[in-house]
Amino acid sequence: MAETAARVPRGKGASKGANQPSISKEQLTRAYRDMLLIRRFEEKAGQLYGMGLIGGFCHLYIGQEAVVVGMQLCLKPGDEVITSYRDHGHMLATGMEARGVMAELTGRIGGYSKGKGGSMHMFSREKGFYGGHGIVGAQVSLGVGLAFSNWYRGDGAVAVAYFGEGASNQGQVFESLNLAALFKLPCIFVIENNKYGMGTSVERASASRDLSKNGSPWGIPGEQVNGMDVVAVKEAGERAVAHCRAGNGPYLLEMKTYRYRGHSMSDPAKYRTREEVQKMREQNDCIETARKMLLETFDAKEADLKVIDDEVKAIVQDSAEFAQTSPEPDESELWTDVLLESR
Amino acid sequence: MTQILMPALSPTMTEGKLARWLKAEGDAVKAGDVIAEIETDKATMEVEAVDEGTLTKILVPEGTDGVAVNTPIAELNGGAEEAPAAKAEAPKPDAVLDKAPVEKMETAKPAATPVPAQAAAAPEKDWGATKPITVREALRDAMAAEMRADKDVFLMGEEVGQYQGAYKISQGLLDEFGPKRVIDMPITEHGFTGMAVGAAMTGLKPIVEFMTFNFSMQAIDQIVNSAAKTLYMSGGQLGCPIVFRGPNGAASRVAAQHSQCYASWYAHLPGLKVVAPWSAADAKGLLRAAIRDPNPIIFLENEILYGQTFDCPTDEDFILPIGKAKVEREGTDVTLVAFSIMVGMAMQAADELAAQGISAEVINLRTLRPLDIETVVKSVKKTNRLVTLEEGWPYAGIGAEVAMQILENCFDDLDAPPVRVHGLDIPMPYAANLEKLALPRLEQVIEAAKRVTYK
Repeated sequence: MAETAARVPRGKGASKGANQPSISKEQLTRAYRDMLLIRRFEEKAGQLYGMGLIGGFCHLYIGQEAVVVGMQLCLKPGDEVITSYRDHGHMLATGMEARGVMAELTGRIGGYSKGKGGSMHMFSREKGFYGGHGIVGAQVSLGVGLAFSNWYRGDGAVAVAYFGEGASNQGQVFESLNLAALFKLPCIFVIENNKYGMGTSVERASASRDLSKNGSPWGIPGEQVNGMDVVAVKEAGERAVAHCRAGNGPYLLEMKTYRYRGHSMSDPAKYRTREEVQKMREQNDCIETARKMLLETFDAKEADLKVIDDEVKAIVQDSAEFAQTSPEPDESELWTDVLLESR
Repeated sequence: MTQILMPALSPTMTEGKLARWLKAEGDAVKAGDVIAEIETDKATMEVEAVDEGTLTKILVPEGTDGVAVNTPIAELNGGAEEAPAAKAEAPKPDAVLDKAPVEKMETAKPAATPVPAQAAAAPEKDWGATKPITVREALRDAMAAEMRADKDVFLMGEEVGQYQGAYKISQGLLDEFGPKRVIDMPITEHGFTGMAVGAAMTGLKPIVEFMTFNFSMQAIDQIVNSAAKTLYMSGGQLGCPIVFRGPNGAASRVAAQHSQCYASWYAHLPGLKVVAPWSAADAKGLLRAAIRDPNPIIFLENEILYGQTFDCPTDEDFILPIGKAKVEREGTDVTLVAFSIMVGMAMQAADELAAQGISAEVINLRTLRPLDIETVVKSVKKTNRLVTLEEGWPYAGIGAEVAMQILENCFDDLDAPPVRVHGLDIPMPYAANLEKLALPRLEQVIEAAKRVTYK
């Protein structure tokens, strides 16, 4: 591992003193735990995929954990989250059960969608998670709809719409930015710029070199954020949330992040070098950074972290066992949930 | 000791070539390290270690072809204490793939025509006194009544507010309900449809007006993939109570891009209900039901009908059930099945046919999905003859569907092959004479009825 000094987090507009971390030990510990849970969960999912227990598409979030975990630190119950198909991390971060997510990946009745949605389609209204959507960019308009709902009801909640830099070129994303600004909707647009839309680098897909400006024609403030640093994400997220909750309309965050794994499981990875991936992992890994900060800035003990590691490992192991023992959906499930009963 | 298995690297991979080992026996391995390269028919891919430890033994040498998925390829010592719990019972992916389609066939239960439960042949309720109103007024009254009853109902679309509706359907609604519930949209169908669907997922009940259904093509992904499928994909968690409404089909002299019937497009989709009213009573009763329905509804209106006047019940609670057809006129010799504006033509045809001694029964479908085939079957069992009418194209059209379902349900009751009357299979021409020829004409309906009755 390369040296990664415990850094005092900084971000555009950070107002804390030079040596004063903007995050509490408790928050960082939670973030570390949640990021680690996502990492271990995704590794296990990759393993189960390799064993043929998970089918179809499976997009892993490994490398990007700081983005959703940092944002989640800024949200309150009642806020909504929506994302694309690289969604397992978002589910876990919003507090959805690892068991239900893993069992959905294996297509079992114990999955969040009773095995009928799969990796890309899980939801939990209780946790404010609105999917899990398979059409690139569609979740952005839907996310503006969640924010519209908050505006219509005047409930003070904020919606976070996540999308990749690939989706940021979709026409409906621009339509959505305009609508959100036009109606001053409490919507945070989070571009997870992991540099590659499948195998096409952002430079080959977008003429813009700064996606945080994508909302500028409509006056939407935007920031570029180090998405590999959970503290920087949290700081930016707090600015965005404050802006939205105050009724100032939408906010846009471009998170510079990186996925270590392929786009999906069947990714030959010929569009980037192994060294590029390795360098990112060694120098910028969000979990390693958080770990060092806990140990060095907050005087956490290795033993404390070991407790977290063990807890996470147990959750993931339990989810994998559940995902294999939960039965496949009954054949009668074919015909349920097509329509709701009319009242 | 952990065995490293030959991984599946794509949804369809069953075997591959172990092209190269990047780690040797005795090497330390960290989770995420690339340990080998595998070639499939599609690509060369890297195998990453999942667990930490030392590579103790390579079981499959590099260069080996045809290594089946899940074959142990190496052994790893130490690090991870977690046992690969699933190993023993891991099904072969090819077995899973082979199995699925067969099972689907076996369990596809309503093979012929699922007759919807609510279509039990109850006579239509008598709503008492009526007064003549236009379809336009009926639609507006329906929206106003439901908006008064439920604060979660709102109307959005282009020109629905200050302009009072491109076709004046929303006239007066902005004054009564204000700009938060009658919301003018920019010309951005894809975006605002997605926004409305997202709002509906939280439990709001949007009415989305498309200036015409032609423009819903801009937004069809959100209707199909987000509105219609999410309930199923969420295992029943996330419904979408939304109405998409607006004029559908040909108006007059607006040419191909503005004169298309989308009935069969939307009726094709499980997860949607599709309603197509004809009269003012249809419009009012069915739109109220659509707004109250917890499912996504496509509500296909017709611009030419907007100004037509029909008797409509005055009862404040008047509502009609979705999924139930109406026998508009009883007859004994031939069944004419129509929806939307074509019901009017069928009624005219029935008058003329009566004068020629042919008794036609006219069925107004009202709902295209779920289709009330039971009412049509009952009629055909009586008349033994079927003619379908629609403005849209014949290919995979509503007429084709109705006729096929009749063949499946009561083939033996037919005394003649069903006949479809429909728009010509061409983009709509602009020229007045050509447009007239492209749309179904009264004489074609009469001719079709005569053909099936051999007169």
